[in-house]
Amino acid sequence: MAAPATPATEPETLEDASFLRDTLRAFRKNRMAMVGLAFVVLLVLGAIFAPWVSPHDPYRVALDEQLLPMSHTYWLGTDNFGRDVLTRILYGARISLMVGIVPSLVSLTIGTVLGILSGYLGGKTDFVVMRLADMMIAFPSLLLAMVVMYTLGANLLNIFLALALVGWASVARVVRSQTLALREKEFIEAARANGTARATIMFAHIFPNVVPTLIVLFSLSIPEAIMWESSLSFLGVGVQPPEASWGLLVAKGKEYIFQAPSVAIAPGIAILLTVMAFNFIGDGLRDALDPSMKD
Amino acid sequence: MGRADPILSVRGLSTAFSGDRGNVTVLDDVSFEVGRGQIVGLVGESGSGKSMTALSLMGLVPQPQGRVSAREILLDGVDLARLDGAGMRRIRGGEMAMVFQEPMTSLNPVRKVWEQVGEPLAIHQGLGRREIRARVLEMFELVGIPEPKSRLDAYPHQLSGGLRQRAMIAMGLICEPKLLIADEPTTALDVTTQAQILQLMRDLRDRVGTSIIMITHDLGVIAEMCDVVNVMYAGQIVEQADVFDLFERPAHPYTRGLLASIPRANEPRAGRRMPSIPGMVPNLAKLPPGCRFAPRCGDAMPLCTRAPELAALGAGRSARCWLHAPDAAQPLEEMP
Amino acid sequence: MTHTAKAPPAPAQDEILISTRDLTKHYRIGGGLFGGPARVVRAVDGVTLDIRARETFALVGESGCGKTTLGRVMLRLQEPTSGTIRYRDTDLTDLGEGALRALRKNLQIVFQDPFASLNPRMRIEQILAEPLRSHGYGTPAEIRERCTELLEMVGLRRQYLRSYPHQFSGGQRQRIGIARALANKPDFVVCDESVSALDVSIQAQVLNLLGDLQDQLQLTYFFITHDLSVVRQFADRVGVMFLGRLVEVGTTEELFAHPQHPYTMLLMSAVPRPDPRRRGEPRPMMQGEIPSPMNLPKGCRFHTRCPFARDICRAEEPMLQTGGGPAVACHFPLEG
Ligand SMILES: Nc1ncnc2c1ncn2[C@@H]1O[C@H](COP(=O)(O)OP(=O)(O)OP(=O)(O)O)[C@@H](O)[C@H]1O
Ligand SMILES: Nc1ncnc2c1ncn2[C@@H]1O[C@H](COP(=O)(O)OP(=O)(O)OP(=O)(O)O)[C@@H](O)[C@H]1O
Ligand SMILES: [Mg+2]
Ligand SMILES: [Mg+2]
Repeated sequence: MAAPATPATEPETLEDASFLRDTLRAFRKNRMAMVGLAFVVLLVLGAIFAPWVSPHDPYRVALDEQLLPMSHTYWLGTDNFGRDVLTRILYGARISLMVGIVPSLVSLTIGTVLGILSGYLGGKTDFVVMRLADMMIAFPSLLLAMVVMYTLGANLLNIFLALALVGWASVARVVRSQTLALREKEFIEAARANGTARATIMFAHIFPNVVPTLIVLFSLSIPEAIMWESSLSFLGVGVQPPEASWGLLVAKGKEYIFQAPSVAIAPGIAILLTVMAFNFIGDGLRDALDPSMKD
Repeated sequence: MGRADPILSVRGLSTAFSGDRGNVTVLDDVSFEVGRGQIVGLVGESGSGKSMTALSLMGLVPQPQGRVSAREILLDGVDLARLDGAGMRRIRGGEMAMVFQEPMTSLNPVRKVWEQVGEPLAIHQGLGRREIRARVLEMFELVGIPEPKSRLDAYPHQLSGGLRQRAMIAMGLICEPKLLIADEPTTALDVTTQAQILQLMRDLRDRVGTSIIMITHDLGVIAEMCDVVNVMYAGQIVEQADVFDLFERPAHPYTRGLLASIPRANEPRAGRRMPSIPGMVPNLAKLPPGCRFAPRCGDAMPLCTRAPELAALGAGRSARCWLHAPDAAQPLEEMP
Repeated sequence: MTHTAKAPPAPAQDEILISTRDLTKHYRIGGGLFGGPARVVRAVDGVTLDIRARETFALVGESGCGKTTLGRVMLRLQEPTSGTIRYRDTDLTDLGEGALRALRKNLQIVFQDPFASLNPRMRIEQILAEPLRSHGYGTPAEIRERCTELLEMVGLRRQYLRSYPHQFSGGQRQRIGIARALANKPDFVVCDESVSALDVSIQAQVLNLLGDLQDQLQLTYFFITHDLSVVRQFADRVGVMFLGRLVEVGTTEELFAHPQHPYTMLLMSAVPRPDPRRRGEPRPMMQGEIPSPMNLPKGCRFHTRCPFARDICRAEEPMLQTGGGPAVACHFPLEG
């Protein structure tokens, strides 16, 4: 038979590029995201190579050098034990970044899987997952985290555990509601009509469409986790001195806010900048991953 | 038909949007008239600029991305192109009103219908609640809402689509506008409801003498309703004609293609394949040089790489096509 | 189940491909813990229908009458409340999940909304490859080959394989949706308002494509639409649906030339005619509102709007008289 009517004028050839390359190119074009990325990279490098970057010892107590103002030797001054604030921030970044990222990833993963299952399968699965989530959300999270820390002991791994336990439920709820909306979309119905397996539908069709939300959730949960860690540390069940985390630094430095403001404010600013950097990266990634933003 | 003294006369209306991808001209030199008591059709496919024309006339183009310019927009002698924001607010909903396509989304779901329908009265005539309620009741009767009293206090979701659209028309007419712009007023409705609404609008024109701009993509609606028709393609008017001329002797190849490709419910199937216009509507950001329809046109010739003007073809007719340029003048063939 | 593993022998002219008996789908809404009494929407309410191999059977009716629900239940994308569905020799009604998935190659659907029916985050290649993979079509190279073939079959260039849906116009997307549905060489395709969202000039292109593919691939279409004009130009037989029931079934020409059910007649007369000379003609108009599918009247479900209703119509529901020829569910069918 004759070839079906071909439109006389089709647009010029659409360009062919790999998804990754597209995404990277789109990401690189986003100036704020690149600034954020640069900041985070520098911070990570600074944290890893802290002993080489900084001439000071973060743990050495020098009672004759307490609460010194900013100077050439101590760029951000010293704390109440005479330790260099900048050095403590760099070391603190190790813990704070990990606390910010690792539990967020864990709770995001758990929340996503449960959220998609719950939303797509519905029925009993949905009921069980959502009641669990309700319980987690209804329970005062700080109390929950404290219980975990008390019973299992105050160490970094348990902080991760406590934070992931607190975090997954809200992720699951958001992902579930998105899944419910997506499930009704015609393209999902089309996949079902094609006999596509349920697992494929959930993880090949629905998952890519919740990724932008996950990225936003991730960039929001990093600062949250950093804050949580500081609350726990402040209450004495988190990171134990003389280890340093940013939350702990702010908490301890607060007492000297009038004598030496930089002791509390500098780590505070570090938190702020990091949170902003992650938000920029998150925005950039979200846009870069959206196929319709790439023209 | 009041052509001597039109209620609305638009000259050289152009609207452009500036965005990340540069400027896009969505309306290019749109000019037309609406006679007193006339129903004037604006027909064209999706994206051709019909709604944008309405929004430009109403001063509702999104700001600041959109820029509207016009030589003049005379509404009963007042040049809207020279009015400021406050001046336009006085006109909108008062002397010129608009009915939108989606009766559901253009009513606020949490307010009673009568309050919304009567809102223009509060704004333009400063009436009190009692008087407004009475006027709304009259309007509900006029637009044929059954049991109008009991519907006054309804919320939008309690009305069917057809009733909501009647309420919207009542709202449009409540200040007795000189001109009513109806943007696809029946597209979201079923055919049987559509027939009722179209009948209502014709009646209103006959009884109240409202002038109407009827925006639609449905040539059937045009044939049922309009006196004069403007055919739009890619942001331009490509043909203007009396409705009978348009259907019997379409001048522009696009109009001809459009008329040939509408499926007809009242004629038996002609053959296995339907006539269609090849290709697709051009992207406004990447228009072909010259005539915008040329890439899809069976009659395209070398001349078509130059942009044709909208040229008069005699009484009240014009077309934007080199086939009808004054020098290349050719008699119009009858449609088979 | 291996009924369909091999290409079936060429069906006889009148072979029934799909049949439904007394198919119903009721939705229960509300009635939660505090939701008050549950209400039942009788979306599909006893449909008995035979669709013949290689025909285009159109289903028309107004918004909410249950067309989409019927289409989905027929493919068991939704579970029927009662009744049976047969596809060739297989009873689909209580086929297990696995067997049903295997059968899905043969039973396909093309959706209304060309924007919502393609996953925005998948490339065209992935979209087309997925149904092939689900049914173990072959090696990756063979799948790729088939994707190219499919794209060319619907008149798109192979370069588009690596593009995303947003890069296409509505008409092109609809072609992709068609290609996806045809990937596994189905024999039954439900087209749910597949051309309704398209502009007329594009609509004709897509209808021509569907027609060509039908001839080429021996397809049977269940063509759901609210547009009677398209039906007349495209369908072989038509079923008219009203509130969950078929009220009339017949060949396109019979039905359009001599509608027997008053609803069919009113529906047809409501379609705007693209012919301004005929606008003055008096036409019967439907009055009032369609009853809610949650609260059906006793007797004939159309009697509240029927100009010819008599006592028996208010008391007793007429049944669709099935049997070879045209069928109508009316106590007083109109004279031919
Ligand atoms: N805010 C905006 N920025 C840029 N372009 C816009 C904007 N709004 C509309 N447009 C463009 O203006 C053009 C005309 O749009 P308009 O809504 O007038 O079309 P229409 O003829 O009413 O179509 P439809 O039948 O789909 O309603 C379209 O190409 C549209 O993409
Ligand atoms: N999931 C659902 N739950 C409850 N009611 C539903 C559901 N789906 C459809 N309905 C109802 O069933 C009836 C038939 O709906 P359906 O979508 O089949 O109609 P349709 O003929 O396809 O209409 P349209 O032309 O608007 O697409 C409607 O009253 C609708 O509100
Ligand atoms: Mg519009
Ligand atoms: Mg439907």
